[in-house]
Amino acid sequence: MSLIPPRSMRPTVNRFFGMPLNSAWTLLAAFLITSAITPVLAAGKTVIHEERSLYTSILVQQQHDLRCLNFTLKRADSSQSCMDVTDPKRMVFAYTRMAMSGLLFNSNPKNIMIVGLGGGTLPRALHEIFPEARIQTVEIDSAVIGVAKQFFNFTETADNKVIQQDARVFAKRAALQKQQFDLIILDAFNGDYIPEHLMTVEFLTEAQNLLTAEGVLVANTFASSDLYAHESNTYKKVFGEFINLKGRDSGNRIVIVPQGAISAAQRAPISKGALLAQADALSPLLAPYAVPIKSLARDIFKTIGAPADWDEDKRPLTDQYSPANLLKSQ
Amino acid sequence: MISAIHLLAFCGGFIIMSFELLGGRILAPYFGSGVYVWGSIITIFMLSLAIGYLLGGRLSVKNPSPRKFAGIFAVSAIFLYPMILYAQPVMEFIFLHIEDPRYGSLTAAAFLFMVPTIILGMISPYSVRLLVDNVEESGKVAGALYFTSTLGSAIGTLVTSFYLVLWFEVDTIITILTLILLSIGLMAWFVAPDQLATSRDSAADPAPGV
Repeated sequence: MSLIPPRSMRPTVNRFFGMPLNSAWTLLAAFLITSAITPVLAAGKTVIHEERSLYTSILVQQQHDLRCLNFTLKRADSSQSCMDVTDPKRMVFAYTRMAMSGLLFNSNPKNIMIVGLGGGTLPRALHEIFPEARIQTVEIDSAVIGVAKQFFNFTETADNKVIQQDARVFAKRAALQKQQFDLIILDAFNGDYIPEHLMTVEFLTEAQNLLTAEGVLVANTFASSDLYAHESNTYKKVFGEFINLKGRDSGNRIVIVPQGAISAAQRAPISKGALLAQADALSPLLAPYAVPIKSLARDIFKTIGAPADWDEDKRPLTDQYSPANLLKSQ
Repeated sequence: MISAIHLLAFCGGFIIMSFELLGGRILAPYFGSGVYVWGSIITIFMLSLAIGYLLGGRLSVKNPSPRKFAGIFAVSAIFLYPMILYAQPVMEFIFLHIEDPRYGSLTAAAFLFMVPTIILGMISPYSVRLLVDNVEESGKVAGALYFTSTLGSAIGTLVTSFYLVLWFEVDTIITILTLILLSIGLMAWFVAPDQLATSRDSAADPAPGV
């Protein structure tokens, strides 16, 4: 059920009791939510919006204060992105909070590239924390962009842009324009389908070439199935060493590559003191987002030098060999 | 002879769809994997097959022979294989000159997939010509050939997307497809008679005993 009536049903007048029509609909929508949906809320999840896009099925549900974005109707409890409507800053998911720990290695990014918008949690937070930064989020699905704006408080500005494009095309064009980023976040993989051309040695190399000397690459990836090993070896092949941060109680893992543009041997060693000092400095900035940056810093330090916990003989994924979706189900 | 031509038509169908499926893999690094990329690929394959049917039909009019039929396979192999070598530079060039990935992918698909697919498209009408004995049976013969070649296409799609991409690199699969085309083409060339049997040549003559 869509709250905004389809175009064909909208009245032809442009104003409604002197109000611009958009505000009139917003008021009407707000009225409908409070009057019609509130009784249902108590019983459980309420579907706020349902839409079939070219790429997925989009479902926005709300349960109490938690509004979530789902990309599948079958497993309706696996959400992409959730927002606490009473505290929109609070990051509901562990993986989003973990992704923010990339800031430990570059605490003032000027140029940020994010692949995959979802509910817009990451670009929204980063724009609030670094209002001066130029953020470009690449999202292939225009319907997702609409939903993020309509239901998840995402506002596009000149410095916080969404580009509706395939990320591979965007990365190649950005390289031609000689763009460079201090922070690249790859978050294009939802639980059900992986864009396979965004998980290859070649794509990661393209991303690597877009990083500044102090640039950090952060990727939200898989922690289970055969894919974990293949993917880890793909990152290893491109970046050499990387930080393999696994969630304490979630199935996610975050790959972090500090100074990703240079070879692993040339990177500055990570000291516990510097990491904790950086966490202390970031702590007040990240507190409103419920990012436990100090404990994340400690978790990250523990991973350094840890032996690979995956089969290092599995083939790295390339443009020539990229059956990521098949490997995920193996 | 009948079953040999059906087998060849089956392989033709298999290879066309296997190739089409790999097309998505080949274009993705430059043009993404959006729905428009598949739109470009399917458009070019359909267009190429349409042209191939036309040309194959024309070719079958003058002195049809099983040898020429075998030749189609060998020629398609010769045009299929080099794609491995020139796909990257061609896509690079198109990417630099066409900004919109929809038209970029359409142009790239045309340059990379069109010629081999046109030649592969010639197989179906030519095999109909080789198997049709008389007008009454022509529909039945064509139907049976559509059946085998489309069955080949279905199996080619399935095997490629379920297994081949899991086992091999894209270029390896293209090499395998080329080798299949080349070997069945050569085998058919040496086994096949140079001309159609005379009884097949005179479809208008009454069959013996009638």
